[in-house]
Amino acid sequence: MHLSLKYIVTEHWCNKCINVSMQLIEFTEKGLFCHQGGFYIDPWKPVDKAVITHAHSDHARWGSKYYLCHHFTKPILQLRLGDNNYESIDWHQTVTMNGVNISFYPAGHIIGSAQVRVEYKGEVWVFTGDYKTEDDGISTPFEAVKCNVFITESTFGLPIYKWKPQQQIFDEMKSWIQDNKTNGKTSVFIAYSLGKAQRILKPLAETGLPIFAHGAVYNVHQAFVNSGWDLPLVQRVMSETTKEELKESIVIAPSSAENSPWMKRFSPYAIGICSGWMQVRGNVRRKNADAGFALSDHADWQGLLDAVKATGAEKVYATHGFQSAFSRYLNEIGIEAGEVKTAYGNDEEESSADDKTEEPL
Amino acid sequence: MKEFAQLIMLLATSTKTTAKLNAIVDYFSIAADEDKIWVIALFTGKRPKRSVNSALLRTWCMQITNIEPWLFEESYHTVGDLAETIALLLPERYETENLSDDERSLDWYMQKLMLLGKETDEEKEKFVTDSWSIMSVNETFVFNKLMTGGFRIGISQKMMVNAIAKTTEVSPSIIAHRLIGTWQPGNITFDDLMSTEHSAADNSKPYPFYLAYAVEDDVNVLGNPEEWQAEWKWDGIRGQIIKRNGELFVWSRGEELMTEKFPEYQILETVLPDGIAIDGEIISLAKIEGETFAPLPFSALQTRIGRKNITKKQLTEAPVGLLAYDLLEYNGEDLRELSLTERRKLLEQVVTDLDLPFLHLSPIIDFKDWEALKEIRTKSRDIGSEGLMLKRKTSTYQVGRKRGDWWKWKIDPLTIDAVMIYAQKGHGRRSNLYTDYTFAVKDGDKLVSFAKAYSGLTDKEFAQVDNFVKRNSIEKFGPVRTVKPELVFELAFEGIAASNRHKSGVALRFPRMSRWRKDKKPEDINTLDDLKAILDHYNNQYGNTAVKNDERNK
Repeated sequence: MHLSLKYIVTEHWCNKCINVSMQLIEFTEKGLFCHQGGFYIDPWKPVDKAVITHAHSDHARWGSKYYLCHHFTKPILQLRLGDNNYESIDWHQTVTMNGVNISFYPAGHIIGSAQVRVEYKGEVWVFTGDYKTEDDGISTPFEAVKCNVFITESTFGLPIYKWKPQQQIFDEMKSWIQDNKTNGKTSVFIAYSLGKAQRILKPLAETGLPIFAHGAVYNVHQAFVNSGWDLPLVQRVMSETTKEELKESIVIAPSSAENSPWMKRFSPYAIGICSGWMQVRGNVRRKNADAGFALSDHADWQGLLDAVKATGAEKVYATHGFQSAFSRYLNEIGIEAGEVKTAYGNDEEESSADDKTEEPL
Repeated sequence: MKEFAQLIMLLATSTKTTAKLNAIVDYFSIAADEDKIWVIALFTGKRPKRSVNSALLRTWCMQITNIEPWLFEESYHTVGDLAETIALLLPERYETENLSDDERSLDWYMQKLMLLGKETDEEKEKFVTDSWSIMSVNETFVFNKLMTGGFRIGISQKMMVNAIAKTTEVSPSIIAHRLIGTWQPGNITFDDLMSTEHSAADNSKPYPFYLAYAVEDDVNVLGNPEEWQAEWKWDGIRGQIIKRNGELFVWSRGEELMTEKFPEYQILETVLPDGIAIDGEIISLAKIEGETFAPLPFSALQTRIGRKNITKKQLTEAPVGLLAYDLLEYNGEDLRELSLTERRKLLEQVVTDLDLPFLHLSPIIDFKDWEALKEIRTKSRDIGSEGLMLKRKTSTYQVGRKRGDWWKWKIDPLTIDAVMIYAQKGHGRRSNLYTDYTFAVKDGDKLVSFAKAYSGLTDKEFAQVDNFVKRNSIEKFGPVRTVKPELVFELAFEGIAASNRHKSGVALRFPRMSRWRKDKKPEDINTLDDLKAILDHYNNQYGNTAVKNDERNK
């Protein structure tokens, strides 16, 4: 999918800005670019130097000559992109490129997801990548960073998106599993293999039922386990896994597995989709799911507003999602904001369209 | 109310009919009788009139949430359902300190809502916002739906009938009959509704309609043609004319009482024998005299049914007749167990004796074999019919849509190739996708819009078109996007009529996308002249082709 890569700015911003190319971070057709530092952040085309917020496929792409990321992200990049020139750093650690200071702050989206802080001659820009403000108990919790310019995602930038507390959703998931078990059914959760799949493991394990994983989920799981993460045990679904073993168990699969013949082995089963899009009933019905759990790794409306206010930024850019509604609202409440079109938002949760398949692992 | 909200959520999320049926049965086993009556009423088309208009609901929601109208609209377009948008926007149970849980019953709310219509806006606001303040998101959604309209959760009348049958252990056909008629919640108890006395006391009650399935294979599989009666399939409103205790009732298939809509029928109250039920097609005829009749297109009838008051002009321009095809009750006796042939014989006698200019028998088509009938079917559109009906001569009059004895065999639709020029997001299940499209034909070097369609594509195709729309938008007008005229579709439609409400001058009957013509370019589409040629052809036929009924002369 190719979006128009030329960026769009609102009038608010145009009036004030004299020369676009003078910005610390520019919006180019390859991605967010820091001219002074000579690096890109989450570029969608191969570049010399790429600073990566997190390992989701729409943010971490193949083909760049050098990648800078957080320690936790490195094993996943290794898994997904193969051998490359990776450098990884810790939270709050600074790397300097041609006088520009780059540092990572937790974004709370998935394990290792970072906001990128870029500082040059006292001017600070922050790009959030994807983030959520609720502590999910597994990702390093989101930290607000003071800055002059804040580039924020806005995947769920409408007031209809209001997440329930995580524990409440987990309880609903567990009671759904019990209902399925009572009816002799296997509970199949559709969850993004990087992020959501790890996040729901602990509550699922609390049921005491065996947890099986699709290969895509299993590979990411193993990469984390191998780098020292203490995650509940999951078993990979193999061709020799028997029907008896799978009966009334829990299965985690990516959305590409939904409606595929791979699912047949679990029959009888019920499908529950874990995604922020499940907030709207129409999406649950359109997906033909038995249950939808509005569990999201993105900030909801209030989370976005809180994050923006906490930065104290003079200028905000909203990108992927409801960027035009969100930036308009910010302007109305007195925060100067513009919108930027990027190529992000093509991973499973961020795109509301159907039939998005994950990249093969 | 909590239980009812839970039921709705269960029904809305389960995708299987049996699961839905069980959810209703479970609800009936715990619900109070007054609530049961309401659930039955709500899902069998007896919803009370709207008591609060949706503009007020919007306004109150915006006031509570402090949201500007543009942001409310943006949210509404994403959700695709007003009741749900409001439920999602409102803070959940924002006055929990006042009431921990809402213990008030569905019946309590429905009674309140029925009285609310007469109250002032201030009183309405107080009741609605107070109710919102103690409700969960799901309860708010269900409550809003009770005020604004249908639930659209795939609960048919048939399913409701089956659920009650399962609960009461009475056969579905008896339940189906008991549920129709003029009863209203509030003036009947659950036991009375289920009792046989009530059924006998209600004179107006129609019989459940017997509906046909479409012929899918070759008609040859139906076997010996001599066992079958063929009739034209008319494009009007299926109706039942009933006279009992000196009173006339006209029911549509949607079980709507339409007696007042057709003054032409009023004479039947005098001339029909008492204790009679006729099944037939309510249809506009070119003139209502003589032994022949000439059907007018459905659009003629449509001008009548939408109106509260029928004007003299309408009575002359679109007089309504009745093409009778079955007799369900005669001399107060239920005839449905008789064979079609026996019922038809009685019907012919009744219709001939009455000798009324607007009342005709739906003619039986004489045919030798299936091949001959196929040939006859190709002439359907010329006489203003939609195709054929095939009924087994020995068939009884059954309840609902049943396979086996009655078949409809429609003619292929008319088609035209057109290009998509506007797109709009759908509702409900399709609220995030562009699924409602406007199409244009060529007129010289211009494009003229002439039809909207939103069905006929697979979910996958819709996703592809949605993707195209998002990438090829030219302009945005509110929810509508102008798109690059590039995608060509074949539109199928059942009929065409002149219209001065549309720029193109035509209005199509039931247009839908029959094929995505990926092989065609926008240059290859049909022209406005092509459309007008179809219009001329069929408009000349309508009202001019007289159908003669041989039976009347026998």
